[in-house]
Amino acid sequence: MAFTAPNETFAGKVFAVDAGLDKKIVFGGENVLPFHLFEGSVPNRPVIAYEIQDVPPADWPETIRKAYDAVSGDPVTWAKHCQDKLGAKAIALRLVGTHPDRENRSPEDAAKTVSDVLAAISVPLIILGSNHVEKDAAVLMAAATAAKDKNCFLGKAQEENYKTIVAACMANNLKLIAMSQLDINLSKQLNILITQMGFNKENLVTDPMCSALGYGLDYTYSVMERIRLAALTQNDVTMQMPMLADVGINSWKAKESQASEEDLPIGGALEPRAISWEAVTACALMIAGSELLIMRHPEAINAVEKFIDELM
Amino acid sequence: MALSGVEIFKLLPKTNCKKCGHPTCLAFAMKLAQRQASLDLCPDVSEEAKKVLGEASAPPIRPVVLGAGDKAVKMGEETVLFRHDKTFVNPCAIAVEVKDTMSADELNAIADQVLNSEIDRVGQKIRIDAILVSNASGDAGKFEAAVKTITAKAPAVALILSTTDPAAAEAAVKVAAAGKPLLYGANESNAEAMANVAKTHKVSLGVAAKDLDGLTALTDKIKGLGVEDMVLDSGARTAKEILRDNTYIRRAALKKGNKSVGFPVITFAQRDDANLETLIASLGITKYSSIVVLSSIERWKSLALFVLRQNIYTNPQVPLQVKQDIYKIGTPSNDAPLLITSNFSLTYFIVSGEIEGSKVPVRLAVLDTEGLSVLTGWAAGKFTASKIAQFIQESGIEKEISHKELIIPGYVAILSGSIEDKLPGWKITVGPREANGLPAFLKARTN
Ligand code: B12
Ligand code: SF4
Repeated sequence: MAFTAPNETFAGKVFAVDAGLDKKIVFGGENVLPFHLFEGSVPNRPVIAYEIQDVPPADWPETIRKAYDAVSGDPVTWAKHCQDKLGAKAIALRLVGTHPDRENRSPEDAAKTVSDVLAAISVPLIILGSNHVEKDAAVLMAAATAAKDKNCFLGKAQEENYKTIVAACMANNLKLIAMSQLDINLSKQLNILITQMGFNKENLVTDPMCSALGYGLDYTYSVMERIRLAALTQNDVTMQMPMLADVGINSWKAKESQASEEDLPIGGALEPRAISWEAVTACALMIAGSELLIMRHPEAINAVEKFIDELM
Repeated sequence: MALSGVEIFKLLPKTNCKKCGHPTCLAFAMKLAQRQASLDLCPDVSEEAKKVLGEASAPPIRPVVLGAGDKAVKMGEETVLFRHDKTFVNPCAIAVEVKDTMSADELNAIADQVLNSEIDRVGQKIRIDAILVSNASGDAGKFEAAVKTITAKAPAVALILSTTDPAAAEAAVKVAAAGKPLLYGANESNAEAMANVAKTHKVSLGVAAKDLDGLTALTDKIKGLGVEDMVLDSGARTAKEILRDNTYIRRAALKKGNKSVGFPVITFAQRDDANLETLIASLGITKYSSIVVLSSIERWKSLALFVLRQNIYTNPQVPLQVKQDIYKIGTPSNDAPLLITSNFSLTYFIVSGEIEGSKVPVRLAVLDTEGLSVLTGWAAGKFTASKIAQFIQESGIEKEISHKELIIPGYVAILSGSIEDKLPGWKITVGPREANGLPAFLKARTN
C-alpha cells in the first residue's frame, strides 16, 4: 500500500532579511516549519555569526578564551581572524566593555570600535550592546551613527529602551534586533510597538531570549516553536520576523562548559563537552525556528554548519 | 481515530440500565470519549461494539517495550507533535552500537561503559538505555557469541539485535529472549522468517524499508503474520530524510489515524564525526525518534544528549519542583550555616550539589516558589522578603539552631534589608551570585 504524505502548507511565511554590503547574507523567507523542505520552500539556510567583543574576553571560560588567545587582544584583529581564517559569514560585535560594571567604555569609544571593525571586514556586522538598558540606549545610538548605511544589525532593543534604538536604526538605515523575555505575547507586543514607530517590519529580527541546554532551553525551544507556528498557521504579520538565538554567551555560562573533568566526572573531557554544549543548544534552537545564531567556538560552529548541510 | 461521544453512543445498548454506574448510555459514552471510563463497566455491550471501540481507543502510536525488568524502556504512545501542546510521553531511548566483529575485550569494555553510564540530574536517574549488537560479520555463530558476551556482562541492559539473517536472528534471540530484546532487521525479503522468530520468542520486531511506501507495505504484511509490536526504520539516514520521515510518520499516525505507521521509530545517528553524530542524535531526540543509535558513548556526548532529552520531555506547564522544607546537607551541627534558595528542581540540585562538593555541612531552606528559579521567582513576586520571613518563622528553625544568620543568593542581594526588617534579630548575609562560588564562600567562613 502506498503511504499518503500528510503535507501541510501554510498561508503565512517568514520575512527574508538581508545584511551587509559586499558579502551579503540573507536568512528567513521560508513558508514552512524549519527545514521542512519536503512540503514547501526554504530558500535560505540559517546564518551563524561569530561573536567577538570590544574588550579582551578575560571573563570567558578558558576553553573558549584559548581558542582566540592570539587574536582577541583587539577587536579588529579578532574580527579579521574570524572572517579570513575561520570563514565567518557574519561577525557579531558585543560592546560588553561599555557596561558600567565592566570597563564602562563611553559611547564614543564604542562608536570608534564599530568604525574600525567595519573598515576591516567585508562580511556583515551585528552590533550588540552590553545588555544594560540605559547604557545601551546611548551606546547603540553612537554605534548606529558609525555604521550608517552599512546594512548592519543593531541590538538589542528591549521594552525599556526600544524607542531610542529604533530611532537610531531608522536615522541610519540599519536593521534591528528586538529582545523580549521568553514570552510569546511580550515578543509580539514589542514587535508591534516597534512597527508603530514606523519601523519596517521586514527589517526586524526577534530574539525571544535564548537559554542554554539544561538551563531553560525547554522554554526558549517552545516559545520559538509557538512563534513560528503563529507566523505560519495564523499568518500573523507581527510574528513573521526571523528569530535570533544568542547561543554562545548563554551556553558558555553553563557549569558543563566550565567544570574540569575532575569536578564533573559524569561529563567526561571538558573541551568536547563544552563544544557540544554550544552545538547542541544551537541545533535544538534551529530546529525550533531560529535562523540567525550567534556562537563562539569554531568547532561548534563547524559542526552546526555540517548539520545544516545535511538538512538542506 | 478517536470517536466522538455521539459516535460511541450509537454502539451502546441504549437501555439506560445504569449498570455502568452512569445515569444514561449517553452519559457513559461521553465519559468514554474523554477516556475517563473504561468500556468493561457496561456488561451488555456487543462484541461488535467492543471491536470497533477497542480499535478506536487504541493509542495512535502503539506502546512497545524495549527490554525487561526495571530498566525496560517504554516507547510510543505519543499524543502530540509539539511539546507545548502536551508533555511528550516516553523519552527517546539512547543506544550504542557494538559489532560482532569486535573482540570479547572490546565488547566487554563497551558493556562496562553502558553499565557505568548512569547519572543523576535534577532528581532523575538517566543512563544509556540499550546496546545494539550488529551482525557485521554476517556469520550466525559470531553473532550469537557476541550476544552471549554482552548478556553475560550486562544482563539487565536492553538489547537490540541487528541482523537480516533469520538463522542468526534465531540463534541470538534464543540467547537473549528473557531480556525481551528488539529484533531489528525484518525487510522485504526476509519478513516471514523474521516475523516467525519474533513470534516464537515473543519479542518485538524492527522493520526496515527503503521508503515510507515500502514501510507501509511491510508493517501491514507483518501484522498479518501475527506480530503486533514493531519499531520502524523508514530507511532515513541523512538529517534531511530523518526530519522528513519522522515528521510524516508522527503526523500520519496522529492526524490521519494511519495505523500502518503507528509505531515507535528507530534512528541511526552514527557518523565518523563525533560532533555531527551528537547533532544527528539531537535531531532524533527533538523530532520524534523513540530510539537513537550512537557509534560511541563518550561521557561528554551522553551528558549533552541526556540533558537535551530531559529538556524536551519535561512538562512544559509545570516545572520540576522539590518540596518546601529545610534540608540538611551532611550532618550540620546547630551552629552550621543556614542558606535559602528556591524550590525549582534545577536550582535546588545545582545549589545542593555545590554544597555537597564543598563538604561543609549546612541547612538549606527551600522556599516554595512554585518551581520558579531564584531570579524568575524574585521577578514574579514568589521569592520575596515577606515570603522568606514567613517561611523561616513558621519553620521553627529558630529553636533548632544556635544562631540567627541567613545566607541569601547573591542575585537577590537587594532583599537583604527588607528581610532584616521582617525577621527581627536576624542577620542576613549575601552569598555569591553563582552557586559555583559557594564552596569557596563556605570554606572561607569555616576557617
Ligand atoms: C527560564 C526562565 C524563565 C521561565 C521560568 C523558569 C523557572 N522554572 O524558573 C519563564 C519563561 C516562566 C520565565 C518567566 C519570567 N521571567 Co524569567 N528567566 C528564565 C531564565 C532564562 C533562566 C532561569 C533559570 O532557569 N535559571 C537557572 C537557575 C538555576 O538559576 P537560579 O535559580 O537563579 O540559581 C542560580 C543562582 O541564583 C544561584 N543560587 C541559587 N540559590 C542560591 C542560594 C544561595 C545561598 C546562593 C549563594 C546562590 C544561589 O545559583 C544558581 C546557579 O548559579 C532567566 C535568565 C537567565 N539566563 O538566568 C530569566 C529571568 C530570570 N527571567 C526574568 C523575568 C523578568 C521573567 C518574567 C517576570 C518576565 C516575563 N516573561 O513575564 C517572568 C516571571 C515569571 C512569571 N510571572 O510567571 C529576568 C529577571 C530579571 C530580574 N533581575 O529581575 C531574567 C533574569 C531574564 C533577564 N535577563 O531579564 N522565566
Ligand atoms: S451499563 Fe451499558 S447499557 Fe446500561 S446504561 Fe451503562 S452503557 Fe447503557
